[in-house]
Amino acid sequence: MKPAAFDYACPDNLDEALALLAEKGEAARICAGGQSLGAMLNMRLASPAVLIDIAGLRELKSISIVDGAIEVGATVTQAELLAWPDLTASQPLLASLLPWIGHYQTRQRGTVCGSLAHSDPSSELPLAMALLRGEVVLRSRRGRRIIGAADFQTGMMATAAAADEMVVAARFPVALAGEASAFHEVAQRHGDFAIVAVGAVGDQRGVRLGVGGVADTPGVIDLSWPANDATLNDFAWSLGGMDDQHASARYRRELVRRLGRRALEEVHDALS
Amino acid sequence: MATSLRAFSFPACEDKFGGVNSTADNDWAGDLAGDWVGRSMQRVEDPTLLRGLGRFADDLPTPPHACHAAFLRSPLAHAEINAIDTAAAAAMPGVVAVITGVELKALSTPFITGVKVDAPQYALAMDRVRYVGEPVAMVVAKDRYLAEDALEAIVVDYNPLPPVIDPEAAVDAAPLHPGTDSNVLHDRRFRYGDPEAAFANAAHVVEASYSYPRNSCTPIECFCVIADYDPGQDAFEITANFQGPYTLHTIMARSLNVPGNRMRLKTPPSSGGSFGVKQAVFPYVVALGVAARVAGRPVKWLEDRLEHLSAATSATNRVTKIRAALDQQGRILALDYDQLEDCGAFLRAPEPATIYRMHGNMTGAYAVENLAIHNRVVVSNKTPTGLMRGFGGPQIYFPLERLMDKAAARLGLDPLELRRRNLVPTEAMPFRTAPGALLDSGDYGRSIERAVEEGGLAELTARRDTARAEGRLYGIGYSVVVEPSISNMGYITTLLTPEQRERSGPKNGALATATVAFDPSGAISVSVSSVPQGQGHRTVLAQVVADVFQMDPGEVAVATEHDTAKDPWTIASGNYASRFAGAVAGATHTAAVRLRDRLTAIAAADLNVAPDEVAYGGGRIFAAGNPDNSLPLGRSAAKAHWSPLSIPDAAGAGLRETAFWNMPELVEPDEGDRINSSGAYGFIFDFCGVEIDPVTYAVRIDKYVTMHDAGRLLNPMLANGQIRGGFAQGLGAALLEELSYAPDGGFQAGTLADYLAPTVMEIPELTILHDQSPSPFTPLGAKGLGEGNCMSTPVCIANAVADAIGQEVTTLPLTPSRLADLLLPEEAASTTPIIALETTDGHALQGQGSTTVPAAPDEVWAILLDETKLAAVIPGCHALTTTGENAYRAEVTLGVGPVKGRFMATVELQDLQPPHALRLVGGAVGPLGTSQGEGHVTLRATGGGTEVEYSYTVTISGKVAAVGGRMMDGAARALINQFFKRLVGQVDDAGAAPGFFARLLSQLLTVLGLGR
Repeated sequence: MKPAAFDYACPDNLDEALALLAEKGEAARICAGGQSLGAMLNMRLASPAVLIDIAGLRELKSISIVDGAIEVGATVTQAELLAWPDLTASQPLLASLLPWIGHYQTRQRGTVCGSLAHSDPSSELPLAMALLRGEVVLRSRRGRRIIGAADFQTGMMATAAAADEMVVAARFPVALAGEASAFHEVAQRHGDFAIVAVGAVGDQRGVRLGVGGVADTPGVIDLSWPANDATLNDFAWSLGGMDDQHASARYRRELVRRLGRRALEEVHDALS
Repeated sequence: MATSLRAFSFPACEDKFGGVNSTADNDWAGDLAGDWVGRSMQRVEDPTLLRGLGRFADDLPTPPHACHAAFLRSPLAHAEINAIDTAAAAAMPGVVAVITGVELKALSTPFITGVKVDAPQYALAMDRVRYVGEPVAMVVAKDRYLAEDALEAIVVDYNPLPPVIDPEAAVDAAPLHPGTDSNVLHDRRFRYGDPEAAFANAAHVVEASYSYPRNSCTPIECFCVIADYDPGQDAFEITANFQGPYTLHTIMARSLNVPGNRMRLKTPPSSGGSFGVKQAVFPYVVALGVAARVAGRPVKWLEDRLEHLSAATSATNRVTKIRAALDQQGRILALDYDQLEDCGAFLRAPEPATIYRMHGNMTGAYAVENLAIHNRVVVSNKTPTGLMRGFGGPQIYFPLERLMDKAAARLGLDPLELRRRNLVPTEAMPFRTAPGALLDSGDYGRSIERAVEEGGLAELTARRDTARAEGRLYGIGYSVVVEPSISNMGYITTLLTPEQRERSGPKNGALATATVAFDPSGAISVSVSSVPQGQGHRTVLAQVVADVFQMDPGEVAVATEHDTAKDPWTIASGNYASRFAGAVAGATHTAAVRLRDRLTAIAAADLNVAPDEVAYGGGRIFAAGNPDNSLPLGRSAAKAHWSPLSIPDAAGAGLRETAFWNMPELVEPDEGDRINSSGAYGFIFDFCGVEIDPVTYAVRIDKYVTMHDAGRLLNPMLANGQIRGGFAQGLGAALLEELSYAPDGGFQAGTLADYLAPTVMEIPELTILHDQSPSPFTPLGAKGLGEGNCMSTPVCIANAVADAIGQEVTTLPLTPSRLADLLLPEEAASTTPIIALETTDGHALQGQGSTTVPAAPDEVWAILLDETKLAAVIPGCHALTTTGENAYRAEVTLGVGPVKGRFMATVELQDLQPPHALRLVGGAVGPLGTSQGEGHVTLRATGGGTEVEYSYTVTISGKVAAVGGRMMDGAARALINQFFKRLVGQVDDAGAAPGFFARLLSQLLTVLGLGR
């Protein structure tokens, strides 16, 4: 369990990182916290020629509210976002969802943007991004573009970021007045990859339900009140979950229905 | 030793230590006038370990010219090896040697096995692989990185064979080993009393079938071997974190073609845990010995977690059909076991020991006169099994104690009452069980009543009643277990017929050894061959010796690292079968007492008193009648070194005593196949309350009480540590842990995110209670207790879950998904049609679909049969060569996201019926794993064009399946997605209307469940 040889680059600033990325393209991989990539390197599941370590880029280590969204820089760790004093007031969904990511130790190094860029189908942050209709800020030497969650997450471990592009920030919309949210996750042990994670965000007009851990990317559905069971059932089926050694597809569908119902009720109750 | 032992005072906790059940004939009491043994004392080991100064195998220095080994492992469960091409690997930088089965066979012989069958196992696969992870080749290089680089350059040509994973299927499947005519390598029936008559006359017969899964104990530290070979002496010197039993030393030396005295085996000072598992390092000791010999240098290998989980070892999985005959009152008249034991690909020593370790205990804690046992041992395409904490126990008690609940339900009895009615009575101790175990001591009924009282069963029952009245899923479970310790070295010969045993000669005993010595400074040292794996042997032995000499245990130095060339040892040496407290501590006590008697002779002369007037206390020796007439203990001891001519003849020369302790009760099996399989037998009674979440079906342990009677407790704090550890592993077996295999033999639990061991978050508070009925057969009255909860806890929790859900549970672990299978009501269908891709055969991803294409069939056909277009359609194809008619070989890079690997792919188009139908057969082999697939495509002309129908099956095995199981299906779909994108790209290039093909792609992706 030793990685294949790779060049290690530790750029001093973002421009240097982007220049390297432009030069190396597909052969390079950005490493921020390394909590997923490190294991993949050691198992030789990933063998990039160059590893660009951005963990030291202070210019990306900021959390701020920009245009009604919490903008989280690329080197902000999950623990730092969780400890951000305004988190609960700004977006309670994130506050309730972040503790479910890995373990205390992994959250100290794992970054918010790294999790989004990795796009693991069981991860909590891609689910939050999809559910809140957040945005991802991409930079390359060619420029900067902002892309919505639905367009960013193109598949299992796949994103719309081009080979020379890097996620520099994630934007999670601030919760509006009159909005409520809920989050539930089932895993066999705390910190395990979710078998099913369910989040809901809604207001008086309607509610959005999101599911992670089942399909290749988070599944999202917009519902109007009252959400009926048949709709929830159809949604559970539409995600196309599979059997694996930990959980059957049927169990996953049932959790989508049951946790989905629970999340919807919690949002509903909070609104009334 | 700088650190002084300190008596440990317990914080307020529920742990309770019952007083010793004193009996008049306990002669151990006389020698234990001291007060260190029996006290909770902090571990002498910890100040070093907590400072990070432990010296584990991987910390030990290696010579500068040492090399590192890495293993190429089979990605397939079953295949013939046609050829191995190592040329490219051998030419890589830093590579010193590449060793395959051919080279290994020239320098080693197959491992000796307990069952004489023609199924040879070497340290590397020979002409066939039989499990995922089986070592196929070994690279020796200057460092581990370079060695792993070279592994990727080795090309193995496999011819896949059908895998056999399920033990019941293995019985009739084609033999894995060509030299055998069946996968059933051992088949014996045993009969004690008159079971047939008992069943014929029974008022009730209950029966059931249970399946115990594969699991492990996953030590933090994996295997480590450092091997060197001296051609001048034809001798090996090997350091390994081996744990024993030292029976395996003979097997390793034999395999390396040297006598035992030329295979020097050393163990490191610190251990990162074993729980039996480190026994299975022995094949790697042989592999590394060969590697050192070939490389001409020392070679080191450190096992990684993927290697460990997939290929180190496992508990046996077992299918048991069990029956009980009962009378009207619930007395068990007879038991009948039909056990089908699955030992994986080889019967690797000491297997098939798992199924015989408990042979004397097949009646559990119950007095049952009639017993029938049918034992069959099969091989299958899974990792070979071996020692595991609880060895053989959970496989027995899961069926037996489940059946007790079932019998109670049949008779309308409380499950605990049924158990009470059948317990071995204390008046009958020592009690000979029907299959031959001599249960040494205990008052099982008393222990149960104490636990019921002190553990609060009545309150728990009330809690269950309340919960149930509220409609909650709450259950209570019990288990009653006899925990054997100190294995009889002859128990494994129970597998032979009496005639075979007669021919091979008796095997018996369980010889333990310990050495106690004074050095010239008068300081005392102890060394043992117990090879501890973290239990605290040094602490306990310091306590034992301190009591004998009435001194501070902090002044006793204990060495536990072991060297077969210089330290006393026996074949029974090692850390297994819970033999420390009963056997090793006892042997140490014996050696210390002998040494004290000799020191007494010296001191008597110095003090000018008779030897029987010499007394010890406070680190001094004094005249019993005149304490002022005294000497420091060390002064008389040092005299044996400095003035050997001045000490009495009675003291002998040299103050060093090596004691060998034998156990006369451990005789070989008799003509009736009765075997006293162990030397001491503890008792455990567990009960627990569990609640099942009605939404997620997660099991929550509400309360767990475990009562142990392991004879005299030498250090209660360490005893409780053992119980907590065993409980954690038992809990894991009950609810979380499984070394799971897909039906195609793909191993699925290659990381600790897939093999789910409980963490502190999952382990509930535990109420520990003790009774102490000293063993009359061990020197200190102690018995083993560290394995018991691995036997009692899985079934106790299973019984509670069954009680909660009101349904039978027949296998473990009881994952929420598995409980959902039992509890979920019928599922409502989707109101919109779903074309589901179901994984119906493990990781065989299957799919089918059809679509109508407005183009003629021969146009579509042309693309599929055009070599260059096919090359462009295959994802990541670098180069495609034709290997035959419609057969291609292609080097491809496949992957999803950052996960990428190079594979050698083969594609063959078969059964061509142009332009109507064809079959695609292919596979891909690379360092990340192996995939095989088959697809059927039919083209049918319709009014507007062609209806394309297709179906496919893909299986994936090897590393990527072992570590990324939850991603496999999505990854496979992503690759199929790539294939269709490229196909459309090709057709577009051919000049068709882009809009049409975009629509086709969209339709295909929708049908495949990929459209979004």
